[in-house]
Amino acid sequence: MSTTTDNWTEVEATAKRVLGEKVVAFIDRCRGRVARPERSDGRGESGGDPATPFSAVRGSPDPAQAATEGLPDAPGDLRSTVSAGSETRAERESQLIAVLHKVQAEFGYLAEAHLDAVAQLLRVPAAKVAGVASFYHYFRLSPRGKFVINVCLGTACYVKGADRVAQKLMDELGIAFGETSADGVFTLEAARCLGTCGLAPVLMVGDDVHPQVTPDQVPLILEKYLSKSRQEGAGQGSGG
Amino acid sequence: MAKKKKVNLTIDGIKLAVPEGTTVMHAAEKLGIHIPRLCYHPDLSLAGSCRVCIVDVKGMGYFMASCSVNVWEGMEVQTNSPEIRQARRDIVELLVDNHPMDCQTCERDGNCELQNLAYSLGVRERLWEGRRKRFPLEDSSHSVVRNAEKCILCGRCVRVCAEIQGVYNLSQHGRGFTTVVAPAHGAAMDDSVCIQCGQCINVCPTAAFLEKSSTEDVWKALADPNKHVVVQTAPSIRAAIGEGFGLSPGTPMTGKMVAALRVLGFDAVFDTDFGADLTIVEEAHEFLSRLQGHEPLPMITSCSPGWISFMEKFYPELIPHASTCKSPMSMLSVLAKTYYAQKKGLDPSQIYVVAVMPCVAKKYESRRPEHFMADGVPYTDAVLTTRELIWMIKCYGITIATLPDGQFDDPLGTASGAGDIFGTTGGVMEATLRAASELVTGRPADRLEFTEVRAVEGLRETYVAIGDQNIHVGVANGLQNAKILLDKVVSGQEKFHVIEVMACPGGCIGGGGQPYPPEGVKVLDPGLLRKRASALYAIDSDKALRKSYENPAIDELYDTFLGGPGSETAHQLLHTHYHAKTPRGIR
Repeated sequence: MSTTTDNWTEVEATAKRVLGEKVVAFIDRCRGRVARPERSDGRGESGGDPATPFSAVRGSPDPAQAATEGLPDAPGDLRSTVSAGSETRAERESQLIAVLHKVQAEFGYLAEAHLDAVAQLLRVPAAKVAGVASFYHYFRLSPRGKFVINVCLGTACYVKGADRVAQKLMDELGIAFGETSADGVFTLEAARCLGTCGLAPVLMVGDDVHPQVTPDQVPLILEKYLSKSRQEGAGQGSGG
Repeated sequence: MAKKKKVNLTIDGIKLAVPEGTTVMHAAEKLGIHIPRLCYHPDLSLAGSCRVCIVDVKGMGYFMASCSVNVWEGMEVQTNSPEIRQARRDIVELLVDNHPMDCQTCERDGNCELQNLAYSLGVRERLWEGRRKRFPLEDSSHSVVRNAEKCILCGRCVRVCAEIQGVYNLSQHGRGFTTVVAPAHGAAMDDSVCIQCGQCINVCPTAAFLEKSSTEDVWKALADPNKHVVVQTAPSIRAAIGEGFGLSPGTPMTGKMVAALRVLGFDAVFDTDFGADLTIVEEAHEFLSRLQGHEPLPMITSCSPGWISFMEKFYPELIPHASTCKSPMSMLSVLAKTYYAQKKGLDPSQIYVVAVMPCVAKKYESRRPEHFMADGVPYTDAVLTTRELIWMIKCYGITIATLPDGQFDDPLGTASGAGDIFGTTGGVMEATLRAASELVTGRPADRLEFTEVRAVEGLRETYVAIGDQNIHVGVANGLQNAKILLDKVVSGQEKFHVIEVMACPGGCIGGGGQPYPPEGVKVLDPGLLRKRASALYAIDSDKALRKSYENPAIDELYDTFLGGPGSETAHQLLHTHYHAKTPRGIR
């Protein structure tokens, strides 16, 4: 079976534009790990250092690297997991999560264009790629704000009124949990205990901890970060 | 094949021995016990997700899904007990609690698997009137309507789309309460790689997938005194429509179907088989021209709109290979508004053409711009599926079984047996071979039946001698099967002369618009498809006229209107071209 389709050049060019050379090279390497020995086009075996560390994921090993590490280089080992007459597809699918990790590490989230490019390049159906990306909590499908607000909704914070703080945040920002404000500055997330119950109710903005927050303080806190954001210029997805 | 080892077990206290690798579900069937099931489908991969088919296996401590557990030596299975029945009922109760309570107004009322299951398991009340999933109705496509509120996430549509059709358009998105079956990114069906074949409708146990209904438009046209409403019926309708009225599959219904259509009020009843004969004559000429090197070989048939859509999205490089002949439906519709209009002295705008098709993709085909008249009105005004026609007949109150047989109307009603077999996989090929053989050799074919291209299995390759040429033919139904042939064409691995592709399993007889089979029979069941196919073969062999070429009505059409096969008028009216479409599918 041929590895490419007649529009392969176009697929690669689009992928490089959407995902960047680095991610495309990474996907090539992932494909190389499950490539069959008789492959003659050389794609997948080529390209760069074996693993590019993730700059954006702090304090944890590169998840994409971890996910592909230990995969057999020899083909065949994975083929036993294959279903219904399309073994090469299952082999490529086995690389999907690692690739999505890599894309999110690069861009901070997974846009539809990213997912489509991954689908075309890995030749895994777009519905499958989108299904996987939307299933896992770790994967984010919309850009993150410059500052991620984590409101603790753990028991201690909750009894101290975290729900009212959360509601105030939602009202002020006009967004729900998991969403990002239209100006791209704030993303609102719920956390389940930040381990500082003595400071309840607590919220974090980026790495800053705000203790004993009352709903009244919310506008002041937000304004602080808004002005910080204005000083630094337009917000970009942080990737964090 | 080596004989499999037998495994001894007991089910409900009865000892039996079954081959190693048999599932508990199938072992129980040998004892006449049909364990209730929902997500299971014999022709699709195992999902094991609905848990309705649970049984108690001694020593396991939990109920096991019988569809996905193989028997083992000494296994003791209990398929029924108060606890199991309670557990199954709980499962279905929870499904029903999160399902719209509109059975009486639902299109699947009476043939809904969830409804039947809820009844047979004793679900008599809704216990949890809690939050329910809410999704908008998605009806962007001309063919398939998706109603995610009715979806119970059994995943059959996802599996049929991937495993049988190789399209992989559907997937479950999200998780938990908000999980939804949809194309990538929740795109509208019309913006997806959907090829509109409608197999998702066929396998859906509820009304989460349905055809886009055209019955209202047709009723309205029938009631309009200024409209001359004509109808055409595809070959496979006559082989399946009886099932909608409790008759056994494979009952030929040609005459009664025609009679019922007259009662419904159609001004003329035409036979799509006539269009099929015409397609064959045109296609045989095209094939000859390709054989002489004018256009590329292999020629691939183009009657199946699901296949055409698949080609445009997944194999655009094969477009030059697709026969330029319009489908029998589109040819007949064109003639109804030109040739027939002229004969009748009617203005084309007065004529309303209804096509009854086993297919939902035909709805889409009828709305493709290349099948529009110059004034922007489609040649085929409305397409009804077999199911929609059955419903209209019931709605009107016609007792079809008692009607005297009717006859199709001239000039588009006479057809050869070659036209009838168009409805089954291999039929277009056989009809082409009957014609091409004569065209190539210049003398009558020495045989009429090309049984080597028959059979409902998905894939056949063979050589057929025509004159001194050995013609390499391929036949595929179900697009996952077709891919195997198409990949060989693309890679140049094999040189075919002609390939027939029908998108649906078994061909049109297994189309996305065919009747839901009776309870206990699954849609893709080869036995069911074989019965429908044999009805068509019987109709063919009972006819005196069996070759498209010998159809006198076709002769008259060419003599008085078209001016000969492959003529300029024929090309203008009966041929078309295809174009690559987006989004591009991944094959």
